[in-house]
Amino acid sequence: MTGYLSDVAALARKDLVVELRTRDTVPSMLLFVVAALVVFHFALPEGSSRLAAGGMLWIALLFTALLALVRAFVGERDEGTLDGLLLAPCDRSAIWLGKTLSVLAFLLFAEAVALPAFALFYEPLTWELVAGVALANVGIATVGTLLGAMAAATRARELLLPLLFLPVALPLVVGGVGATLADEPGRYLAFLGLYDLIFAILSWASFEYVVTE
Amino acid sequence: MIRASGLGRRFGERRVLKGIDFQLDRGEFLLVTGPNGSGKTTLLRLLAGLLAPTDGTLEVEIDRGRVGFLGHEPLLYRDLTALENLDLYGRLYRVSERRERAGMLLERYGLWEARAEPTASFSRGMMQRLALCRTLLHQPELLLLDEPFSALDTEGAELLDAELGGNGPRTVVVASHQPERIAAHSTRRLALA
Repeated sequence: MTGYLSDVAALARKDLVVELRTRDTVPSMLLFVVAALVVFHFALPEGSSRLAAGGMLWIALLFTALLALVRAFVGERDEGTLDGLLLAPCDRSAIWLGKTLSVLAFLLFAEAVALPAFALFYEPLTWELVAGVALANVGIATVGTLLGAMAAATRARELLLPLLFLPVALPLVVGGVGATLADEPGRYLAFLGLYDLIFAILSWASFEYVVTE
Repeated sequence: MIRASGLGRRFGERRVLKGIDFQLDRGEFLLVTGPNGSGKTTLLRLLAGLLAPTDGTLEVEIDRGRVGFLGHEPLLYRDLTALENLDLYGRLYRVSERRERAGMLLERYGLWEARAEPTASFSRGMMQRLALCRTLLHQPELLLLDEPFSALDTEGAELLDAELGGNGPRTVVVASHQPERIAAHSTRRLALA
């Protein structure tokens, strides 16, 4: 178990170091999510309800996440380093978990800017909204990393990933919007937690079959 | 240690490798030759476990972690330094005293001075040297080398020659367009058509 966690930590750390040096992903996520919130702010008619604002936030977060997911395995595929990782004696699921953790870190960076921007342009943050975003992050990162690995193996990854990811992520939007706006957010937060659990197990168990023959 | 029987590989309709039979015992050195497109790279990728056979059987009685593979790609992260790349692989291969081992290899292959530079700044020859360091880092029992002399200068090629000459109990499979260079080391030869 210690060896497994050490592999996961080494792989996640590698992604974070690469991102710190290249700044390929996080800055584009930050720019996109802020730009989207600004555009939505001016696109919504004055006096629009908080229901519309909540929905806009979730759309912005989901499409921002796609930027991280599309790039998640680009380095491994373009530089061929995925073969290097597959040859190593570590459990293949450690590759998935390491990548999932780095995607999660990128999402947290983006949301550290997006949520205050939402509060500035729309309405104050609530604990239900923050909890919903935190739970949705886990679902986005777990299933998105798996689908990112699948899409990265194809030439049309930028097209294929949204086609694969958005339908699977719809329950996250339903749960997230429900947690943000419903009178009883607990049910929706529990739904998000259940989604996270199921898709984390499925992704963890199936990653090896996605990246090997 | 390695047994191939009727081994073949197809990619869609295209058959790249067909009816390969051989057996290799521990400590043997197999030289694989053949023209472009004859399946040398595919054979090495099958032996490494990166591809699965579509025909025949292949048995490799060795743990994945004891295989060293050098392919056409260096399998190195361009935005990590030479030392960081070797440290990452050292961790994943559970190399004891990985920093010392990485330092020793970088010294041997003339990369110590460049150890803190991102490999994106490396020349092709330096990348090949570092890829060799990566391949040898965990002291593999089975060494799979695909055109290992490509991009190496005279000094680098001599270092690799010396590495292959001191084979010991290690099993080696080399695919090369320059068979004369390593013919002296080889104990077996497989010519692909």
